[in-house]
Amino acid sequence: MMEIGLSHYLILTTILFSIGLVGVMRRKNLLMLFFATEILLNSVNIGFAAISYYIGDFTGQMFAFFIIAIAASEVAVGLGLLIVWFKRTGNIDLDSMISMKG
Amino acid sequence: MEMLLYTALFSPLVGSLFAALFSTSKKTLIAGVIPSALLFLSFISSAILLTHVLNGETVQVEMMTWMATGNLYIPFGFAVDQVSVTMMMVVTIVSTVVHVYAIGYMDHDAGFNRFFAWLSAFVFSMLILVMSDNFAGLFIGWEGVGLCSWGLIGFWFHKEVATWAANEAFIMNRIADLAMLIGIFLVYWNTGTLQYTEAFAAMPYLDHSIVVMMGVFLFIGAMGKSAQFPLHTWLADAMEGPTPVSALIHAATMVTAGVYLVVRANPMYDLIPEVGIFIASLGAFVAMFAATMALVNRDMKRIIAYSTLSQLGYMFVAAGLGAYWVALFHLMAHAFFKALLFLGAGNVMHAMDDELDPFKMGGLKKSMKWTWIMMTLASVALAGIYPLAGFFSKDLILEVAFVEHHYILYTVLLLTAGLTAFYSFRLVALIFHGEERHLEHGFHPHEAYKFMLWFMAPLGVLAVIAGMVFKSPYFEMVTQLLPRTEYHIHNPVVFWIMTIGTQVFVIAAIAYAYSKYKNAKIDKKTEEGFFYQVLFNQYYIPQFYEEFFVKPYRELSSILWKQVDMKIVDASVDGIANIFYKTGVNTRGMSSGNLSTNLKWMVVGLVILLALAVVFAVIVQNGDAVISVLHDLGAI
Repeated sequence: MMEIGLSHYLILTTILFSIGLVGVMRRKNLLMLFFATEILLNSVNIGFAAISYYIGDFTGQMFAFFIIAIAASEVAVGLGLLIVWFKRTGNIDLDSMISMKG
Repeated sequence: MEMLLYTALFSPLVGSLFAALFSTSKKTLIAGVIPSALLFLSFISSAILLTHVLNGETVQVEMMTWMATGNLYIPFGFAVDQVSVTMMMVVTIVSTVVHVYAIGYMDHDAGFNRFFAWLSAFVFSMLILVMSDNFAGLFIGWEGVGLCSWGLIGFWFHKEVATWAANEAFIMNRIADLAMLIGIFLVYWNTGTLQYTEAFAAMPYLDHSIVVMMGVFLFIGAMGKSAQFPLHTWLADAMEGPTPVSALIHAATMVTAGVYLVVRANPMYDLIPEVGIFIASLGAFVAMFAATMALVNRDMKRIIAYSTLSQLGYMFVAAGLGAYWVALFHLMAHAFFKALLFLGAGNVMHAMDDELDPFKMGGLKKSMKWTWIMMTLASVALAGIYPLAGFFSKDLILEVAFVEHHYILYTVLLLTAGLTAFYSFRLVALIFHGEERHLEHGFHPHEAYKFMLWFMAPLGVLAVIAGMVFKSPYFEMVTQLLPRTEYHIHNPVVFWIMTIGTQVFVIAAIAYAYSKYKNAKIDKKTEEGFFYQVLFNQYYIPQFYEEFFVKPYRELSSILWKQVDMKIVDASVDGIANIFYKTGVNTRGMSSGNLSTNLKWMVVGLVILLALAVVFAVIVQNGDAVISVLHDLGAI
């Protein structure tokens, strides 16, 4: 069996981060955008936890908890807004939200 | 004493600022009365200062420091000594008279208030010029009078000729002022100070050629202000300004600033007699040159302007030959009778609805008796008939030339004296005598206001007595500062032959002018002659300047405008603006308001920043290697 080391975790993080980034760029559905953001945040969390374990400093894991908490509240607010938006317009397509056009 | 000095100096400024308050509103009589009253105050202060100076007390004050950096120390210092108090008296007397006269003359003018603001500002600048005790203050006043002269020549700015003449005067003076500035710099570099007394005290120890350069450059500055050849064309064109301006600025005060400068710098010019000879020769040339142009001109004010030019030539002859007190004396006497002549011409112009051609006048002595008397008086004084002012001052210059053995200069000046008498009385004969030709042209002449005539009277009195009464006290006073040289022809026979001969010659010229022009017959044959045409066209010098300076300059400007300004300067500025504009147009698609697009650009930014971070990290880690690579490339 191959030993699972820090670099595996970092590769996993990078892959997840790339998937999230592509999602953020390509998805037109607002709900999917939230999912992509969650993937981004959690890939960073994995990185934090792994490096924290590797260097024996718990600050990184603590930070991961903070991020989870912030992500949760962000999703709560975001979903609330999303529902209001859906009730008003009947869709959550990003291309229809261009009222901020300069 | 100091209070008097400041009162004399600053009351015209107060008057000017007061009139300026009303400058955009309609005619307000008070805007003319208050500056005139303040000038009278200035005159009183100057007169009291004169009594102090006559008792041998001079004043020197340092009002405040202007510049003090390193070795350079220039204060705002003023001095009232024998020379400057003479100038102050001339300036304040003539300007008070002219101010009051102008209240009547500018009566119907829309720019009445503005006129007094400029006129008083001029007097203030002139007083700074004559009262300053250093070259820097002199230069401030010098430029101040130039500016005010510009504003007053172009006072009727709706007339194109007037603005043109104003610009011509200003530009010609700038050319000369450059030389003047170089002269002042030379004085500072070589003596380390700009104070007159200290600078002149240091000059005898300097290299002779340097003093010559200072003298020449300062004299070029004086040539511009005093309209000496070849910078003389502006003075005749400056007659486009209102007549009180011509009387004050272009006869009595500003144009004599050049003479004042040479007189003031007498310790320097004494060191360089060869420059003095040049000044005297140029002066004699200008005296003759201007007088010949005055012979044929058909514009009343231009004739008097050429006469002024000619008399300035006389003053420079005296100053150049080292007879500084004589130059200053003629300056004073000339200021009185020439201002009177101009004011009289102003009365005639008013009566004739601004007609300037004396051939269209004639017989005005009936309707304008007092103007006739005063202009005749001024002309007699100008011609130098005993016992009026001109006899004492102008004939003295002839004597100076004779005593100093400059017989060529003497002959030229003697001939010019005849010409002066001729053109002065040609003008008087044409305007006041003969038939009333103006009736054909539909003019209804009327005498000027009473108060204008009353205020001209002091000048008339001075034109009569200035020579006789003032000569010896003036000589005693001013020679405490200027070289005390008396010019006497020791052989009594020669003296009487010269004096009587000159008088007879001048009277003959007057009689000839009367007989020739009493009937204003225009002699067609003479007028078509070559000499008449040359003189009438002012020796073709204005045309020459137009052809060889103005036109090439205009063409050069046009080339620079089209090729350099439009194609290089404007193009590069426009190009920069276009870059920003095009960038904006091309990148405004970024902020379409679409969240998805924004996110994409955010990712692009993130990638760029990350890439930069990596690059910097690499550079920092391998700093030495990078530096050596750059070094090999020659970048460091």
